[in-house]
Amino acid sequence: MESYIYRTDKLILDLTEWLTEATGSAFAAEVVKMSIAAAVLSAFVGLLAMILIYIERKVAGHMQQRVGPMRVGPHGILQTVADSIKLVAKEGLTPKNADAFIFNLAPLLVFASSFACLSFIPFSPGMTIVSFNVGLLFILGIASVGVLGILAGGWASNNKWSVLGAMRSGAQIISYELSATLALLAIVPFFGTLDFQEIVLSQQKGWWIWRAPGVGLLGFLIYTIASTAECNRTPFDIAEGESELTGGFHTEYSAMKFAMFFLAEFINIFIVSAISATVFFGGWMPFHIEGLDTLNRVFDLLPPIVWFFGKVACLVFVVMWFRWTFPRLRVDQLMHFEWKYLMPLSLINLALAAIAVSAGLYFFN
Amino acid sequence: MEINILYLLTILVTGVIFVLGGFFVSRLVGPNNPNPVKREPYECGEIPFGEGWTRFNVGYYIFALLFLIFEVEVVFFFPWAVVLREIGVLGLIEGLIFLFVLFFGLIFAWRKGYLVWH
Repeated sequence: MESYIYRTDKLILDLTEWLTEATGSAFAAEVVKMSIAAAVLSAFVGLLAMILIYIERKVAGHMQQRVGPMRVGPHGILQTVADSIKLVAKEGLTPKNADAFIFNLAPLLVFASSFACLSFIPFSPGMTIVSFNVGLLFILGIASVGVLGILAGGWASNNKWSVLGAMRSGAQIISYELSATLALLAIVPFFGTLDFQEIVLSQQKGWWIWRAPGVGLLGFLIYTIASTAECNRTPFDIAEGESELTGGFHTEYSAMKFAMFFLAEFINIFIVSAISATVFFGGWMPFHIEGLDTLNRVFDLLPPIVWFFGKVACLVFVVMWFRWTFPRLRVDQLMHFEWKYLMPLSLINLALAAIAVSAGLYFFN
Repeated sequence: MEINILYLLTILVTGVIFVLGGFFVSRLVGPNNPNPVKREPYECGEIPFGEGWTRFNVGYYIFALLFLIFEVEVVFFFPWAVVLREIGVLGLIEGLIFLFVLFFGLIFAWRKGYLVWH
């Protein structure tokens, strides 16, 4: 139980100690750690996007009684690699009336904001690249920068489809962001911190989805719906509804610029699932039932990082499942659903949560 | 805390380098021979007419305003939510009054017909 895979916090402490000794100063050790973090995160992003795209296509295939990609590599596992090579080798076009600078800036904004969000995710004990005491607020703030990139990209393209798609996309993302934020906010009083590692540690006795009486489950449902809409995923993908708007805000994008939007979309799915897993499902905390020590030991056998990625994988699968279950909403239905149903519901949820916390109503206490 | 800001900056810069590096590799590897037809805006094969920067529905503006109001008020809730357990019943009631004002604002916008998508 004491090996590094279980005690990643110890691993990082030992690494820092070793680096300080090797380099001779604490600051140099931090610089080395920063470089490691940056390199690992870059590799992780590339790998994550490839795996998610492959899984997405396989899930889509099997839900429609097809087999999905099969040709490139065994069961098509190299399909995304081939696609990436193809994307790199394509010509990047800028339409003639476009505002070239903003046109190129947009994918950068979208990608960089998603990338920065990843540094707050608690993968394992002690394994957070940036541990702020306001992590949850910060991640919500940085994630909202992405919508600027979408609006800028659509507007700068000077294409009717792009402008329409960007406007719809922007309206949708900002509207659903309210509900997503409120749903998370309703759980915050229960643990009283915004630090991701402490949020995970507060779930030692049970995950908030059931420990917070009722509001946990309701909050999770609201967050799942709202975050799916924030990622522009079906059934909320009116922004790029192919049958109406061609490609939405990225109609004019090609090659690497398109790839950056695509990458950011899949990173965003991972991020919202990771936030959901951390706040509602205990993050890397194994499933524990108080009193049943033998059972808890069995669950502890799985390393925390496996728990984390397992939970995230389940939530990502749910988001992919949505896509093949629900038809797309119309734009007016979409706005009505948010402002007339989801928004009042999340405000009521917050009020109930506040009352429950003040009354000391916790389950499994 | 200070060192964490450095970490965040490193990650942000890495993200930017990731994108710019991608653009650079794409420029090196990919072909680059634009011609006037290729650079036309895409309108599903039709010959494009007019500007892309057309007028759009004013409804977007109203929803953006509503968003701004509610988002700012939601941000005010964060510190309240963090310390809710310590500030007791009085804090709870004050928070709920603020929440009610927010809720009332939503109902006001609803009754005024601002939530209808034209």
